[in-house]
This record gives sequence, structure tokens and C-alpha cells, in this order.
Amino acid sequence: MPTTSDEVLIARIAKSDRLAMEELYGRYRVPVYRFVLRMVRNPTIAEDLNSDVFLDVWRQAGTFEGRSAVSTWIFSIARFKALNALQRRPMEELDDEKAGAIEDQADDPEIALAKKDKAAVLRACLLKLSAEHREIVNLVYYQHKSVEEVAGIVGIPEATVKTRMFYARKKLSELLTEQGIERGWP
Amino acid sequence: MTAAKQSEPSEIELLLPWYAAGTLDARESQQVEAALANDPELAARYEWVRAELAQETHVSEAAGEPSGRDVKALFAKIDALPAQKSRSSIDLGARIAEFLASLSPRTLAWSAMAAALAIMLQAGFLAGIMLKEKSVGGYETASAPANVSGEGSYVLLRFQPQATAADVANFLEANRLTVVGGPSAGGLYRVRVAPTKLAKADLTRMVSTLQDNKVVGFIAVTE
Repeated sequence: MPTTSDEVLIARIAKSDRLAMEELYGRYRVPVYRFVLRMVRNPTIAEDLNSDVFLDVWRQAGTFEGRSAVSTWIFSIARFKALNALQRRPMEELDDEKAGAIEDQADDPEIALAKKDKAAVLRACLLKLSAEHREIVNLVYYQHKSVEEVAGIVGIPEATVKTRMFYARKKLSELLTEQGIERGWP
Repeated sequence: MTAAKQSEPSEIELLLPWYAAGTLDARESQQVEAALANDPELAARYEWVRAELAQETHVSEAAGEPSGRDVKALFAKIDALPAQKSRSSIDLGARIAEFLASLSPRTLAWSAMAAALAIMLQAGFLAGIMLKEKSVGGYETASAPANVSGEGSYVLLRFQPQATAADVANFLEANRLTVVGGPSAGGLYRVRVAPTKLAKADLTRMVSTLQDNKVVGFIAVTE
């Protein structure tokens, strides 16, 4: 059975078609939730933001002009919501970063165990990246967004997308080095 | 000169993450492939990129899904809004035509459509395989790929867009592989490569062999 395109669903949502909204939501609910969760690191907040994102989609569908793909538009709304949420609770974010740093130095049993498994250390380091770096790493590696799409979502030039991803990987390399895994440059 | 001796990353090195994710166009992909074939140091770094992709996928999928509370919250908020009349200000056909025209020249649009069709055919074929295995009692969780786990050794695998259903079937059969989940947003399938937990060195060797097959676009070890 042919799948209705995102653009057609948005046009129907603009006419207050609830079934179209349900279909679009079913399509993007999980990926958007996982993207937002990687940003805000709190499942309850991520879930609230997820419904806020799609409420905006419902409200603004009539203004969607098709200058980007629907998914780019939805992820840019999600990113905006997540960044606002992070700004509202900067201390919590800061606490998370500090906690990560303390764990690095303390080398507790969990980290010590993780050091035996390169994949586990890599996962731990991915979780410790800054919000800016978590965002781009998730968009590229998990959401499979092209350079052009990331540029549209984040609102930066394509050349900056590439260098930001490189510096995210460089930071990852530094975090790995702190955990005793030397992988060279970056 | 290898990339390591440069003070700044080369354009090719910057593109490695998108090459791993399968989101480069054909020309850029060929450039990266050629560079990887000629620069062992770059190829070694690409292994890290593949590991990063696999672990970011692991982290994201381990996050699970919204509880269901979000669905109720969303439609409660929608219901609470005042009724809205048609808000579409532009004719849909014109908008879609404009949107498609803005994407790319006609030839690119057709090639993109052909690639998308090939991926849809692969997905349909693989969904058929999973359903068939489920119906004979092989797999109960084909509809919930992110949660498939248990005994065995697994990889994340994306097939080349140009691989036909027959190519994929032959590849799976010849290598005794079982697709247990997927595809994810990027066309990645979760594939069981052995019914038991293989030693890390054996699994790495197997991945290296499978990676050379022409139907494989991306492959990385997962848990």
C-alpha cells in the first residue's frame, strides 16, 4: 500500500484533519522523542516536549511552505523546544556535566568495569558530550540527516555543520583518552 | 601525505560520519571510497566512525519510547484548542510541485526516486522475511526491533540501495544471517550473525568479511 507523503499529511493537518495528525505523529513520535531526550536527558521532560512539538505542528501546518522537508521542519521545532528547556534549567545541565567530570576522575567501579569494554566506554563518552555536540552526533549518526538537513535543522551553514561534527568527534576522542583509550587524532 | 600529518582535517575526513550514515550523494560517496582504499590511516579512523555510529544508535534505542502519556497529552491539547478552519493558504498541488522543484534537477529527482523505490522494495522484502519467520515461531518481536536481544551475536547492517531482493536473499542465505529487526530511520537492520555469543575477535573477523560483500553498505557490531 503506498505511503502518504509527509507533505500531503501536513496539507491535511492544515485543514484540521485529525487522522492525518495521528499518522504523522506515529511516523515521527519515537525519533523526535529520542532526539529531544538526548538533548534534555530527562524522559519526563522529553515526553512533555514531544507533545508540545506536535502541538506546534498542528497549529503551524498552514504556514508550512515546503522550503525544507517536513522532517527538517519538525526536528527544527523539536530542537528549539529542547534548547528552551535546557535554558530553563541550566543548573541541572551544569550538574550533569560536573557529575560526568567527577566520575572521570574518581574512576569508580562502574567506569573501571566499563574500561574493559571499548563499546561501553564509547557509550559513556557519548553521553558526556555537551548539548551542542550531542545534538549534531544524534542527527548525523542516529537520525541519518544529511549535511544539508542538519544545516536546516540547526540553522548553520553546511561548512559549519561539518566542522562542528568534527569537533564533536574530537571532544569524544579527548573523553576517550581520559578513560585510557587512545585512538589518535581526532 | 596522510590525513594525520595535516594540521586541519581534509574534506574527505569531515565527510566520514555522513559516509557511515549513508547520507552522502553518489559522487561524494565515491570520493570517500577511493580515499579509504588508498589511505590505510584514514580507513583505520573510519573504523572509529563506524563504532561511534553503532554506539550512538545503541544509546538512542536504549532510551526506549514515550510511555503513551504523550499521545493523550497531545490530543487533549489539540481538543482544547478552538476549532480551526482550513488554514492552508496555498493550493496543495502547487505546493508539492514547488517543493519537488526546489529539491533538485529532474534527473536527480528521478535517481532519488529510483533509490527510494529500491529501498522500499528491500524493506518490503525484508519485512516479508521477518513475518515469515515470526509465523513459524522463529521470532516474536519482529514488530519491536529495538528490543530484540538475547543469545546470539548481532550487527547493524544497511544494504546498498542498488542491491536487489534476490541479492539480499542470497547474501543472507549464504552467510546464514537472520534479520531480526529494522529498518530504523536510516535503513539499518538488526541482523543475527550467529546463534551464540561469538568471541570478540571472531565477530570482528566476520564483520570484516561481510563488509566486503557488494550488497553491504554499512555494517557494525551491536549488542
